[in-house]
Amino acid sequence: MYQRPDHTGFLPLAQLPSLVARLMALGYQCLGPTVENGAIVMREFDAPDGLPRGLQAEQAPGRYRLAQDPYKRYFAWANGPQAIKPQAFAPQESLWRVERDAAGALKFAAMLPAVQPQAIIGVRACDLAALALQDAHFLREGRRDPHYAQRREQLFLVAVQCAEPAATCFCASTGDGPTPTAGYDIALAELADGFVAVAGSAKGEAVLNALNLSAATPQQIEAARQQGQASAAAQTRRLPGHLSPSGGNLREVLLSQPEHPRWDEVAARCLACGNCTAVCPTCFCHAEMDAPSLDGYASEHGRIWDSCFGEAHGHLHGFNVRPDIRSRYRQWLTHKLATWHDQFGRSGCVGCGRCIAWCPVGIDLTEEVAALTASEARP
Amino acid sequence: MNEMPHGIDAGPPHAATVVARTQESPTIFSLRLRLDDAATQAAYRFAPGQFNMLYLYGVGEVPISIMSDPEERNGIGHAIRMQGRVTHGLASLKPGDKLGLRGPFGRGWPLQEVSGCDIVLVTGGLGCAPVVSVIHYILKRRERFGKLVIIQGVRHAEDLIWHEQYARWAKLPDTQVLVAASEGAAFWPWHVGRVTELFGLANFDPDCAVAMMCGPEGMMRTTADSLLARGLPESRLFLSMERNMQCAVGRCGHCQLGGAFVCRDGPVFNWGAVKSLLEHRAV
Repeated sequence: MYQRPDHTGFLPLAQLPSLVARLMALGYQCLGPTVENGAIVMREFDAPDGLPRGLQAEQAPGRYRLAQDPYKRYFAWANGPQAIKPQAFAPQESLWRVERDAAGALKFAAMLPAVQPQAIIGVRACDLAALALQDAHFLREGRRDPHYAQRREQLFLVAVQCAEPAATCFCASTGDGPTPTAGYDIALAELADGFVAVAGSAKGEAVLNALNLSAATPQQIEAARQQGQASAAAQTRRLPGHLSPSGGNLREVLLSQPEHPRWDEVAARCLACGNCTAVCPTCFCHAEMDAPSLDGYASEHGRIWDSCFGEAHGHLHGFNVRPDIRSRYRQWLTHKLATWHDQFGRSGCVGCGRCIAWCPVGIDLTEEVAALTASEARP
Repeated sequence: MNEMPHGIDAGPPHAATVVARTQESPTIFSLRLRLDDAATQAAYRFAPGQFNMLYLYGVGEVPISIMSDPEERNGIGHAIRMQGRVTHGLASLKPGDKLGLRGPFGRGWPLQEVSGCDIVLVTGGLGCAPVVSVIHYILKRRERFGKLVIIQGVRHAEDLIWHEQYARWAKLPDTQVLVAASEGAAFWPWHVGRVTELFGLANFDPDCAVAMMCGPEGMMRTTADSLLARGLPESRLFLSMERNMQCAVGRCGHCQLGGAFVCRDGPVFNWGAVKSLLEHRAV
């Protein structure tokens, strides 16, 4: 376990490009916030000063709009539809390949991705918590997924404290934010004139050391701390019963209400489009499929992100385990918030609020949970 | 539960050859397979109740229970119903044809722990495949177990496969065979009606019996109710669950059931571990 150094550095605003330049010099492909189709996504950028300033993301149920930050900050946008997940758990990739000769003999071979070291700049605390859950799933003791592992090991994560939570954020109530506490290589807190910077790993420390930062003053450290507190206090949504180690009441209540009328009510609104599972940073379901070559002599077996809202997810020879939207929404919510505890020792929700903003009909997970836990099921 | 044999991991599969193919019914066939690599075949071990992923070139994989005896060395047996793209393709394979195999996966039946007990096996439809391996296992090690009760239900009389085997088992000492078809046919020698109507005839000692069931979930619920009502404790009632399994190593998420992944933590479960989930539709 890496011991965090006592040294907390200060990176002046104008020096942010030198951090990026350092990472580029070390061979990292640098990914940072980029505007694409009206949303902030993590994309490669070439110039050390290529990070955009002054972006904000206004979010509400079923709504995501970019806005201008009057203070021209680098990281005043809360989040975009994706952050780290696609970088470690690829949306689509080949797992193995088989060749068939003219006599029909089969030769199988594993396929591993060729991965370039990647640095992601602007990772949020919720994303780090989600990554830890993806790690628990894909790097499970004795069952390491080699594809995930290969990508994951190449990641360098520059986290940022969230100073401007979106209206959809509730990481404070899940205990996952807004200030990064673990899982990063470097964490930054953006103040008016620069960044309070701490290392979270040996490689993060080496990068910061190479920048020869001056120490952050006690006032700067305190300002960053207070900014985190204010950001947590500004969050308006919350998930009840979330913090107790066993999942508290939320787990028990959700599992004890499989016939609650609210499931029918939410099913009437839900389109089963799967947006929530696609943007959820902890969802790990994937389908496996074959892509045979046209000449008939080879086939690639791969995986692609899948959603428990899809028709095929519960398909079983001749019937569907979950034939309706009611059972699929119930499956998603009870897995995420209840049985996730049995599998991973904590809830599968990190409070990022993406499923709320990116739901085309604005279904709000926190509102559904409140309705499901507020009262006993009617007979 | 004791440690189950661990399989070949997530992939790629191993090349295997069809050693024998038998048409068991118009829609059910069995394939006996041998891994092409002699050392891999020699090292291959499984427990009854575990399954393999069979890969049809260019089409995909399906999870199939292993039907043969764990000590058999002349291939790995699978009974398969023609149902989807992969199984229809597998049906056309002939001896000598190639396919992929990885496994075994999951947890099988707790056969080590139940020595000395009466064994009650209740199956519905093709549910008999994972349990047939148990029948073979017990018959080969007959002295280790008490009475053997084999209860099999099918919807139509023509769905019953392995007629001769059931007739042969029925003649063995300390072995009772109860078969029912909801719809009978000419010369159908067994009961016509629901399989649950036969439970009253089952001859076992609830104080020293273990039940294993496999088949449609509704049938298993009714079976559990009947057996528990006869005094069988929940701790000695086991079932094999089915879900959509694509990766077989607890990764792809399709077979998640409560806190379990069926492919990894099942397919065999103690009744107590899943009963609350089976009470509800579409879980």
